[in-house]
Amino acid sequence: MRHLLSTEDLCKDDAVRILDTAEEMAAVSDREVKKLPVLRGRTVVNLFFEDSTRTRISFEAAAKRLSADVINFAAKGSSVSKGESLKDTAQTLEAMGADAVVIRHWASGAPARLAASGWIDAAVVNAGDGTHEHPTQALLDAFTMRRNWARINGTASLGTDLSGMKVAIVGDVLHSRVARSNLWLLRTLGADVTMVAPPTLLPVGVAKWPCTVSYDLDETLATGPDAVMMLRLQGERMNAAFFPSTREYSRRWGFDDSRLKALDSHGLKGTIIMHPGPMNRGLEISAAAADSPRSTVLQQVRNGVSVRMAALYLLLSGETHTAPATIQEAQR
Amino acid sequence: MTATAPHEATAYLVKGAAIGDGAATDLLIRNGVIAETGTGLSAAGATVIDAEGLVAVPGMVDLHTHLREPGREDAETVETGSRAAALGGFTAVHAMANSSPVADTAGVVEQVYTLGRKAGWTDVRPVGAVTIGLAGERLAELGAMADSRARVRVFSDDGICVHDPVLMRRALEYVKAFDGVIAQHAQEPRLTDGAQMNEGDVSAVLGMTGWPAVAEESIIARDVLLAQHVDSRLHVCHVSTAGSVEIIRWAKQRGIKVTAEVTPHHLWLTDELVRSYDPVYKVNPPLRTDEDVQALRAGLADGTIDIIGTDHAPHPSEAKECEWAQAAMGMTGLETALSVVQHTMIESGLIGWDDFARITSLMPAQIGRLQDQGQPLEAGSAANITLIDPAARWTVEPNKMATMGRNSPFAGRELPGRVVATFYQGHPTVLDGSLNTPRTAEGE
Repeated sequence: MRHLLSTEDLCKDDAVRILDTAEEMAAVSDREVKKLPVLRGRTVVNLFFEDSTRTRISFEAAAKRLSADVINFAAKGSSVSKGESLKDTAQTLEAMGADAVVIRHWASGAPARLAASGWIDAAVVNAGDGTHEHPTQALLDAFTMRRNWARINGTASLGTDLSGMKVAIVGDVLHSRVARSNLWLLRTLGADVTMVAPPTLLPVGVAKWPCTVSYDLDETLATGPDAVMMLRLQGERMNAAFFPSTREYSRRWGFDDSRLKALDSHGLKGTIIMHPGPMNRGLEISAAAADSPRSTVLQQVRNGVSVRMAALYLLLSGETHTAPATIQEAQR
Repeated sequence: MTATAPHEATAYLVKGAAIGDGAATDLLIRNGVIAETGTGLSAAGATVIDAEGLVAVPGMVDLHTHLREPGREDAETVETGSRAAALGGFTAVHAMANSSPVADTAGVVEQVYTLGRKAGWTDVRPVGAVTIGLAGERLAELGAMADSRARVRVFSDDGICVHDPVLMRRALEYVKAFDGVIAQHAQEPRLTDGAQMNEGDVSAVLGMTGWPAVAEESIIARDVLLAQHVDSRLHVCHVSTAGSVEIIRWAKQRGIKVTAEVTPHHLWLTDELVRSYDPVYKVNPPLRTDEDVQALRAGLADGTIDIIGTDHAPHPSEAKECEWAQAAMGMTGLETALSVVQHTMIESGLIGWDDFARITSLMPAQIGRLQDQGQPLEAGSAANITLIDPAARWTVEPNKMATMGRNSPFAGRELPGRVVATFYQGHPTVLDGSLNTPRTAEGE
């Protein structure tokens, strides 16, 4: 694995390897000294063209727990403001000796462009690009689901996939990089996926996606999903004729209190409620749902650090190491 | 003291070129015209060009290029663009109006026309803007441009759609006064707000804002009905979808005066290439699907689509060495058009070289009302001739091209067919596949 650009082109072996390595990393995060020396002397640059404090600090914590040096580069730009080009920025980071570039960009494909351009030798990690993909989010979601799935089945999660699991992804699928990355990864790991959204917030072409499409959240809940992932509704969608009003959206596609009760009446004891954050409480998810024992929102945040540690470690440690052995050695 | 010859002083005898799909023939070129055709011709003092195995077609005419001058001389100039045109086999090119300043006055179109005459590589015919500043609000002085030395007959806001139906109707009506034509860039603006690529299966996966086919088709449908209503000539630029071909076929069956163009790249490339996120594939209208490509080829073969227009759109490297969303739209095309059409249309068996002459010369000259272009290769015709070696194979290397643009989507591909010589009004602008000399204009 040279870069981590998308889950669409992530094979099952690599995906399971990242999740298994993340389990090892999670053990580190549970210790008093949350630090491994494995990336000492390596430089990780967080290159953010779009604000995202949550994702940035998660990557920053991950890199620091691996003892890497971290540089934060907030190159916030918009399509209109013409600042330094991506090429110049990349070459600058290259000249400074970056070993990995974690890039968040408002433009779909910017990380792929960076990786393929020849402007830079560093490993590129996609930390969210436009409405394309957000692979580490999907990995942390899969990690969270795998742990819950293993707990329900009474097995260990290490080495397993998500075969047999049913996942509903609900909300603005059209503009969601989280939905896309989750779809590909969940399929790779053997889960069944249902996308639930208003027809206006599904892309033309969704019929070719390897998932079921539903316009009706209640019907989907009645089919007994094992995980329900609510997507954040972006403010700029609210006045662009995608739906009549936020109240109507919330009534039809929000995870409200009555739907929380419906999980109980359907007898779905193990079903978890997920959200990538930040949540719009009262819009796509009610406070009761967000704070219920079913909610995995904070587990997701915690697991995010472990998964990102795993990704950085596997990208930067190179082929000369075998992952678990090195980690175990370092843990001694 | 040297006398300036009114015409090319040298006579040329082209020996043994196949005229389109016809038999090998000699062509004697003298005083800017084809003086004689036949077999076994000889002429004292004429420079003989051995054209055995070559195909001769009337000099190619491009109704759609962007030469960028005035204003964006960092992207292309009339000089460099017309060198590229000559090398591509073109004896006339229309330069679109989206320069800076916009070609919306007699002054600007005369400037472009004069630059073309001075360059002398090809006949540069300015296209006039339909609306002032391409703003889509008020008609530009179309009559003044028509009456200028540039004798503009093609008017277009290309790059931007004349989307106001009343303005489009008026423009279609008004240009009848001087036998003009409105060349429409069919793109419904609201349906394509922020559009990055064809809307379909690939855009869904890539997470890019889609440019739906309906945004093109709905404008074409409206415009052919407007053209019918006011009995005017409409030309549709760069048709890119199967549905557009159907609408134009329907309109022609009803006798509506509509002509249509397709670019070489839309005859071959599809939106699958966008998966690379390489902006060299970013173009407007966007690359579509293989189903569209096949419909465009069929439409071109059956005459529904009348002509090839390259939409040659050079950009400086920084406009493409960036994120897809930041990149400029457009591809170079002048130096690859012949080869791409040979590959997609001739070698696929859809058309022959006579059809090639029709879609690259006769029809575009007729649409643009160019009197001395697009004439059959017979005695008395203006000597605008392109000699092609159909057996040649070459690999596209953008940095070896005459255009300043390096944004060729065909870079690295091996293509068939090569322009061996281009005669522009009797003067060889290209010989042996290389630039020769520009033609010295009469009285200048």
